[in-house]
Order: sequence, then structure tokens, then C-alpha cells
Amino acid sequence: MLIKRRDFLKAGSLATASLFVPQFLKAVEGRNTIASKGKALVVLQLSGGNDGLNTVIPVRNDIYYKERKRIAVPRETSLALGTEAGLHPVLTALKNAYDQGEMAVLNSVGYPNPDRSHFRSMDIWHSASAANEYWQTGWIGRYLDAQCTGRPLAAIEIDDTLSFALKGEQRKGLALQDPKRLYDSAHSQYFADYSAAYQQTESEAPVAYLYKTMAETLSSADYLYEQSRRKPASSAYPSTGLGKQLKTIASLILADTDTSVYYVSLGSFDTHINQEGQQKRLFQEMNDALAAFIKDMKANGKWNDVLLTTFSEFGRRVSQNASGGTDHGTANNMIFLGGALREKGLLNPLPDLADLDEGDLKYRIDFRQVYATLLQGWLDADAEKVLGRKFDLLRFV
Amino acid sequence: MEKKMQKLKHLLWRMGYGPRTQSWNKWMALPENAWWPKMKDDSATEPEYFDIADSAVKGLLMGIGEIGRMERRELDQAEKKRLREQSRDDLRNLNLLWLEEMTRTQAQLREKMALFWHGHFASRNINILYQQQLLHIIRQNALGNFRDLLRGVSKSAAMIAFLNNQQNKKQHPNENFAREVMELFTMGRGHYTEHDVKEAARAFTGWSFKLNGDFVFRAFDHDKDEKTVLGKSGKFDGDDIIDILLEKRETAYFIARKAYKFFVNDTLIPEERIKWLGDRFYDSDYKILRLLEDIVRSDWFYAPENMGNRIKSPIEYWVGIRRVLPMELDAPEVQLKLQHALDQTLFFPPNVAGWPGGKAWIDSSSLMLRLRIPQLIVDKGDLDVETKDDDDQQMGMRKANQRRLLSADVDWQPVLKQFSTLKEDNIISALAEYLWQTDSKVPLNVLEEYTDRHNKENHIKTAMIRLMATPEYQLC
Repeated sequence: MLIKRRDFLKAGSLATASLFVPQFLKAVEGRNTIASKGKALVVLQLSGGNDGLNTVIPVRNDIYYKERKRIAVPRETSLALGTEAGLHPVLTALKNAYDQGEMAVLNSVGYPNPDRSHFRSMDIWHSASAANEYWQTGWIGRYLDAQCTGRPLAAIEIDDTLSFALKGEQRKGLALQDPKRLYDSAHSQYFADYSAAYQQTESEAPVAYLYKTMAETLSSADYLYEQSRRKPASSAYPSTGLGKQLKTIASLILADTDTSVYYVSLGSFDTHINQEGQQKRLFQEMNDALAAFIKDMKANGKWNDVLLTTFSEFGRRVSQNASGGTDHGTANNMIFLGGALREKGLLNPLPDLADLDEGDLKYRIDFRQVYATLLQGWLDADAEKVLGRKFDLLRFV
Repeated sequence: MEKKMQKLKHLLWRMGYGPRTQSWNKWMALPENAWWPKMKDDSATEPEYFDIADSAVKGLLMGIGEIGRMERRELDQAEKKRLREQSRDDLRNLNLLWLEEMTRTQAQLREKMALFWHGHFASRNINILYQQQLLHIIRQNALGNFRDLLRGVSKSAAMIAFLNNQQNKKQHPNENFAREVMELFTMGRGHYTEHDVKEAARAFTGWSFKLNGDFVFRAFDHDKDEKTVLGKSGKFDGDDIIDILLEKRETAYFIARKAYKFFVNDTLIPEERIKWLGDRFYDSDYKILRLLEDIVRSDWFYAPENMGNRIKSPIEYWVGIRRVLPMELDAPEVQLKLQHALDQTLFFPPNVAGWPGGKAWIDSSSLMLRLRIPQLIVDKGDLDVETKDDDDQQMGMRKANQRRLLSADVDWQPVLKQFSTLKEDNIISALAEYLWQTDSKVPLNVLEEYTDRHNKENHIKTAMIRLMATPEYQLC
């Protein structure tokens, strides 16, 4: 009996092996013919603490120019967002989006009792806990736990390892740098046979969880590789890290992969020394990649189904430091891009530089309000369940 | 699965980092009632102080010297930078040194318990001197008295700095330290009020440290007035608060629960066992070894539902491989990348609550990497994983070239010696019994198809690699 199965498997490829893949995975593999009606949220993490004040620049604010004599962006070179604000000169794709009504900026986003350590503040942003709580799951992971049963591809991170934000209790996102790489590492006859020979159960036991993760990964690796080749992203993307990552995201969106959240990071924005060069270089990479992505989404009629958001673990101090950089700060802005924004432009006033907390911006919007808005308004999720608390929703989504 | 063997492996895996092939036969020759006494004996010696500054590595002495100099004058920017970089390098060496100790030492019980406390007293601090001091306090007291351990950790420069107690002054109390001592080190949430935290913080004012890491009580910053904490009133200082917290049975239950989850079962936790363990721990005045002994000597320690169901942490997984398959790594630094990629780096816990454990270790990428590692070792393969940047460490700089080759000289002799007397047909099942702590979940012949049976030596080697590249091997 066992030998028969063995012989059968030996003859086949992974596709044959998938005959033994349990029902909940069959659903994934059969899905490539059904167009997903879902909306996609793309989270772009600007790691290291992007300097928001040199991103969306308060061009009429004397305090800004006084505190940043060396690194302030002059009004003349910034890209005007109305009369009070300007974008960093490199961010032309964002300026275009702004002009088309496809960009929104939320200023002064943060949380009470801010922490200035990268790892702790990132931990807070990833888990969506309060500053005095320690949670062991991420906000996107809890969204998967709450809403995404039977959808192993609901959240994908474009990287080799998975961020805390995408780790739930029972479910986790899938991390891949690109579909080919995942396919190459997972596509082994040994793994396929071994995984297929296991009788899946709906048990909570660790061994069942391990086998389920293995089976889902192998199955997803094949499926995503096929998906990524069905409709290659159509416009030319820069061959930078983020360029390739957004190209991968685009190809999966265009193939109607059943994915609600894509996650990608760019960094490091930890600009203590000679900020200008480093931020400019990273912004150039970000801008060129976003320009290609937006163009691609528009050309394929997907831009109304995509919402991209940026965040950092914190903003930076208002005053420059002595090394032509800035040190760790607190509240920061978040930028949203998409074809279906309900409110556009500057959603709230620029930060008040005359009302600081020991040299740092005071937060006006709790970042968990933003998460709640994205979860409820864009992903149709139960935000209260995911965040463990009720937050007032914002209106831009 | 053979009962005695499974029980021995259970003890070695839970109270250590798994069997070491070179000493396996010696263990198996012992009667069952001699196992635990031997474990205790093996850990009875005082741990060696990992003084990276005293090690042969050149230039490390300088790092400590500079910290000493800071007492006399301020360091300039360049010196601070050099100190930071030196500290960062040394911290890597401390990490590797400890990993080596876990792999090779007989004192498995002590080093396993030290890892438990390393997660319990989670602290991030880039200063090598403070980190090596804290690690030593933990290793010295790992099996001793929790009172001494708690007091030692609370007065360490690493913890005081990490929880900002040097900023906790009479005029401007900082509650961080007092809160974490209650929430994470002793009683846990729900057994104290915000008012208790505020009052305890006042008692801890003045607790600080010198630049060489010595504890110092700064009387000038201390609030000498009366405080009321957990129903008691007095002109308390920090030591008094620690005593008050240890008077609470909740502290014993909190530690007993955490130990049960770590050593026995992280999901099925019968309350009466926690109460029993906690009460005895409390009545022994917090003898840690006594708590472990109560666990190991209970009939439920070896109950089927408590065996082979724990997902190994990355450190347990990797050290376990090195113990079962002796090897010399060409570049030990690759183990830093490995820890990072598998999401458990010593000295870099995710937050002050330590590593979550259990299913949190496993996602698609970490599992696939674990399944590939055994083959990478024999192939001297490329650990082709991009790990995420760490801005706290890198200060915005790009990562230097990392070691990626998982290149090692595997010493197969102990393994071959152990298994080459077996008949060919028994090899795979005997190895499975040795390597796994759970019954096979799929027929072993599926796996046997992928072994090389041209000769016995290759058969043993390939079977071992395949058996380690399975979900079963992730469990202990």
C-alpha cells in the first residue's frame, strides 16, 4: 500500500504530489482562474526613522529654517503642495500623485509616551500595542488570525525573513524575496514527497502546525511562481532593491493573487550623520520605484484597488545635530497613495514647531487610528478585534 | 519508540541542549534514577566568567580600558564611536563564546537555565562590559536562589541602563524600572496597581551605576520619605521593594508558570500543578534547583502529552545539531547570521518581555531555512538569506559583508561508531529514534528513498541529514 503510493509519487512532479495536498490548500491552487475582487494594501516601511520634516517640508515656517540651518530644504527647490508645504525635491512621483488627487499626507502621527529606541518603537508600531504593553503578535498577523482562515497568501512580505508585524498567533504572512527564489529553495522532490505523505489534520498540535506550514509553503511557492509569470509587470522598473520588490508586488497584483497585504521595507533612514546625501539616495530609489509602480497599476486598471502607505518607527528631532544629521524623534507623517482616496492632499495641519515636547513633535493622531482605518475602511476587517480596542476611524479611506 | 531512550532524550533536551553523540552511550548505561543526580553534578561547578576583555583576542582589552577612562573625562566623538564599534564586535564574540559553551559544556542544566533567565531578564545594551557582567550574574545564579538572582540583575548596570533607572530621581521619578520589575520579573500583570508602580519607583530612586558597571546608590537622588507599596508602608528603598515582591506568592506562581511553559508544555498548563510548584518554590525561599527538581521528579514530566511536543527555539535547534553532529565551523561568525535569520539572537531579545516561543518561531521562511540547514552543512553551502537591518546596532550604516558560508568540517566518526554495527535495514529507524523525540508522522520509507545506500557509511550520513530536515526534528 505504502509502496504503491511511493511509486506513484516518484513518477510525478510537484503537481502530481499536490493530489495529496489537503482541501484547504486545493483552494489556493484552483484560485488562479478566479479574479480576486479584493483590494490590496501595500505597506512601505521606511526603516530607521525617516525625517518627516525634510519629506513634507513646512516651507513657510521660520522655526524650521532656524533650527536646520545646514540641512533645511529651501522652499524654492521643494515641490509645492499648496502654499504651506513642499515635498523633498526628489519625490516627483509623489508630486504627480498629489496633483492628480492620488496622494494624502497625515501629519503628526504617533502615540503617547513615545520611545526613541529603534527596536522598541518599531516593536510598538508592529504590534500596535501601547507604549507600556508588550504584545507577542503583530497587527497584520492578528488580521490574518481574525479574518483570513483558508487564505495562506493573504499577507506577503517581499523579503527573505518575515517581519514581526505579519506574525499572528495561528497564522503568519509569507516572506519571499522573489517568487523564483522561493520556488528554487522550496521546490525539492524530497520536501514534496515528505510533505505529501503526511495526513493533514485540523489539530492544534505543534506537529500539525509544522506540517501545515510546510505544505502551505511548498504549495504557495509553486503557485506564486506561476502567478508571477502569468502577467509580468508591464512597465520598466528600476533595478534597485525596492524597484524589484515593487515589480514583484505588481506582478502578483496583476495576476489577481488572493493577497490583501503586501509588505516591503526600505532603509536605513537613520540619518545621524550627513543626512542630505543618504536621505536623497533613498528617496531617489523610492521615487523611481513608486513612479514605475503607479504607472503600471494605472495602465492595468488596478490603481483604484491599491492603497500604499508609508510609516517609520519615529520621526526625527526638529533641530539638526552637529554632524549634519538629525537624532531620534517622535511623531511623524504618513503618506498614502492610491486611486481611490476619499480625502486628498494634506489631511491635517502641518506640525506645530512652536509647541514641542523637549524638542520633539507632539503627536496629534494615534497610529492605531490609522491602522483601524486601513483595516476597517480598506480591508473590510473588524478593526476592534484586531487592535483590541476601538479607535475612531479617519475619513480618507 | 523505545521508552527508556525517549525518556533520557526528553530529560537531555528539556534540561539541556539535547544528547551529545560522544557521551550518549555513557548516559544510556546509567540507571534511570542516576540521570538527574548526574545532571546536577555536572552543573555543580562555578561557571567561568566570560571576560571578553581578558580573552586572547587582541585589542579587546582596549575596549574596557576606554570605559575606565570615561570616569575621568568625557570621551570625544571619535572615541565614543570607537568604543561603540569595539563593544559591538565584542558582543558578537560574547555571543559566540556562550554558544560554544552551550555546545560543549557538561553543565547543560546550568546553561539551559541561563538561557531561560536570559529571556526572562531580557535586556538590550550595546555596552559589552555591562552585558558580560549581567550574563555572569545570570549564569552564576541560574540554579541558585531567585532572590539573589533578582537582586543581582536589578542592580546590574545593563538592567539599570536598559530600564532607565539612572534617570529615576527624587525630583523626576521614572517608573520604567519599577513597572518592569513587577510586571515581567516577579508578579506579572494584574497583581498590583498603578499606584504601587508609582510608589515603588520612588523607592528605587538613587539606584544607579558607575561607568565600570559597579552598582552605586546615589543618596542625593533618593526619595527618603514614606511609600506605600502593596499594602505596606515605610521609608522603603529598592531592596525593601524586592523583599516585598518576594513575599507575594504571586511571584512564585509567576516563575513556576513560566518554567512549566519552558520545560514542560507551553499550551496545556494545569493550574493545580502551577500552584503545587509555586507553593513549594515559595516555601523553599525560592530555590531554583528545587523548582527544577520538582518538575523533573513529577510523574507528569514524562507523560506522553509532554514529550516531543515543544518547538525548539533557534538556539536549541542549532546547539542541538552541533551536539549531535560534532563539527568545526570554518567561520563561527556565520552563526550570528543564522541566529538572525531564525529570529533568535542572543543579547537581542525582541523586547523586554523576551522571546515569545512556541509557534511564534515558525513561519514559512524560518521553517524552510531549518529544513535546508542540515544539507547546507554537509554541502558547505551558502546561507543565502538577507537578514533585516538593525538600526540600533548599525546607526544607519550599511551592513558590512557578512559571513554566509555555512562551512564546517563535520566529524562523522562518533556518529558512525554509534550506528555502523547496525544492519542496513535498521539504520533509518535507529537514527530516527535517536534524532527525533516524536514518532514518525509519515512512513520512513518515504525518507529512505532519498538516502544513499551504496555503502553503509553514506547510508548513515544521508539518513541523518534527511531525518534532520523534517518537521519532526523541530520538536523536542
